[in-house]
Amino acid sequence: MSQAFSLCFGPRLSLNEHAKSIRQTHGALPDFRSLGVFTRVLLAANAAGAIAAALRADRIQEIPDRFERIAMVLEPSLLGTLAVLYIGSRLFARLPYVAGLAAVLCLAAAFSAAVAAAMATLSAPFGQAAAGGDALWSACYALLLTGALAYYFRLRERSFSPALAEARLQALQARIRPHFLFNCLNAVLVLVRRDPQRAEAALEDMADLFRSVMADARKLVPLADEIALTRQYLALETLRLGDRLKVDWDVEDAVLDVLMPPMLLQPLVENAVYHGVEPGIDPGLIEIRARRVGDSMELSLSNPYHPDYQHLQGNRMALANIGERLALHFDVEAALETAVSGERFRILIRMPCRKAQ
Amino acid sequence: MSLAILLVDDEAPARERLRELLRDGCAEVPTEVVAEAASGPEALSLLPECAAQLALVDIHMPLMNGIELARHFQLLDHPPGVIFVTAHDHYAVEAFELNAIDYLLKPVRLPRLLAALRKASAGPRAGRDEFARADPGPRRYFSVVERGKVTLVAVERVLFLKAELKYVTLHTLERDFLVEESLNQLEQELSGMFVRVHRNCLVARRYIRGVEQMKPEPGEDAAEPHWGVLLEGCVDPVAVSRRQWPSVKELLKSGLLKGKN
Repeated sequence: MSQAFSLCFGPRLSLNEHAKSIRQTHGALPDFRSLGVFTRVLLAANAAGAIAAALRADRIQEIPDRFERIAMVLEPSLLGTLAVLYIGSRLFARLPYVAGLAAVLCLAAAFSAAVAAAMATLSAPFGQAAAGGDALWSACYALLLTGALAYYFRLRERSFSPALAEARLQALQARIRPHFLFNCLNAVLVLVRRDPQRAEAALEDMADLFRSVMADARKLVPLADEIALTRQYLALETLRLGDRLKVDWDVEDAVLDVLMPPMLLQPLVENAVYHGVEPGIDPGLIEIRARRVGDSMELSLSNPYHPDYQHLQGNRMALANIGERLALHFDVEAALETAVSGERFRILIRMPCRKAQ
Repeated sequence: MSLAILLVDDEAPARERLRELLRDGCAEVPTEVVAEAASGPEALSLLPECAAQLALVDIHMPLMNGIELARHFQLLDHPPGVIFVTAHDHYAVEAFELNAIDYLLKPVRLPRLLAALRKASAGPRAGRDEFARADPGPRRYFSVVERGKVTLVAVERVLFLKAELKYVTLHTLERDFLVEESLNQLEQELSGMFVRVHRNCLVARRYIRGVEQMKPEPGEDAAEPHWGVLLEGCVDPVAVSRRQWPSVKELLKSGLLKGKN
């Protein structure tokens, strides 16, 4: 519980501590390398420009003309600001929230003022009205727009944070299913007498598994770590299920260092065991694939499907939790799809290929 | 005289653990493991030859859960007593408390196991009704006793159920079986899979392929049509009563038949 509380109430105290985490921790700036953030900023800024054009125009026919004039200042400064933010995203992420926000505001204001001034100078020789106040007005508009966007991202982040806190809690309480824990302990108790060394190894695996469950849910980890953890989990399940559990791994070397949210693969595999292998009396095969497709990593998982045995609610909760965490980390760049094809249940996850630098 | 015990659990280590504990406690409560099974159907195939007096039964198993297994045991002349063993089944445990059914939690401790063994060999046992009340889901098998053994008929193999006097006949593609149960109770328990077409008949939704008009029986009013349900693999249609016809028609229209398997 104490960890959950610190998540809810502790963001302001721990800005610097969490600044290292890759994206959108509490009270941090949005991730400027994210496609979702980019799209939202572009759409919002252009919508604001369109509204301003509509307000200034006396007649409807004037709107396109007005918008064109606004766009001449808006687009270059918008794209310039975003480019700088993209390049300097690591630097901005390291700043405390208030300093970061101030820096972004200054950047946007400076860009618009500069672009507006440049436009005014360029158009002056042609005799157009080139008021010196243009630069100042543009800077003001930019500040207003950037401030509104910052507020929006802040609200959005807040609305997601219960999901994050819950992800942690759910990880602590439900991700390690009580059913799994007690059956596992039961299996280890048998080993204590018959094969003390295997019992030791099994308890070590359990310790690692619980440590990962309790680790920081916001820090991204390499796929290789997730695979190692999942293998430990599978070793424990093999104790109980023996030959009934068959796993086929196919992971490209190129994606081993791709960063992903922690405790994502293991719960999916646990689901596959619970819904796909345990209900069957014959050996059940779980297939796990990871490969690079363009700029994304595709992670896919399949297990035997037993329509009569679906504990649907539990399944959906686990999948919904994973979907939410993916959205929180990668926004629109990640996707989770499920399908039943033939006798197998399939899950496909796509996420951007981010690597530690 | 030692207590003859049957162990039923799909996980081999869990069975081994129970065997070890029983051995440890042999001085206090003499027991002998007479058989082990990895599933409910396997356990039923071992009875009554193994002559177990008591079964230690896991709840969460493939094919058939432990509670359903206990229900099928009750058809035998001398059903073994049942102690459930479970890792974590919240609802089951609540139901056991309500119906005075004994259970152990995994990992099992020796003193608790011995107490349960003593109670089982002395006290009264839970019966068919208690187990039926504790079972959360519909059964997956019907059971019939033939030559002293329990024969299982998977629910999804049954085309239709027909009540005749005090029995219900299960019609499958291969043959018919007689079970001593009430059609009304079966209708309630299996309402997702079967639909009533007549006062004395339930048909499996998944096998319904359509309806056809039946020939009027002699003496009947030919003007009023008489309908029958066509079932997959079945030559003769099953008669629909006038009273059930509107609801059967409704069901066919809404196309719910296939989805509700």
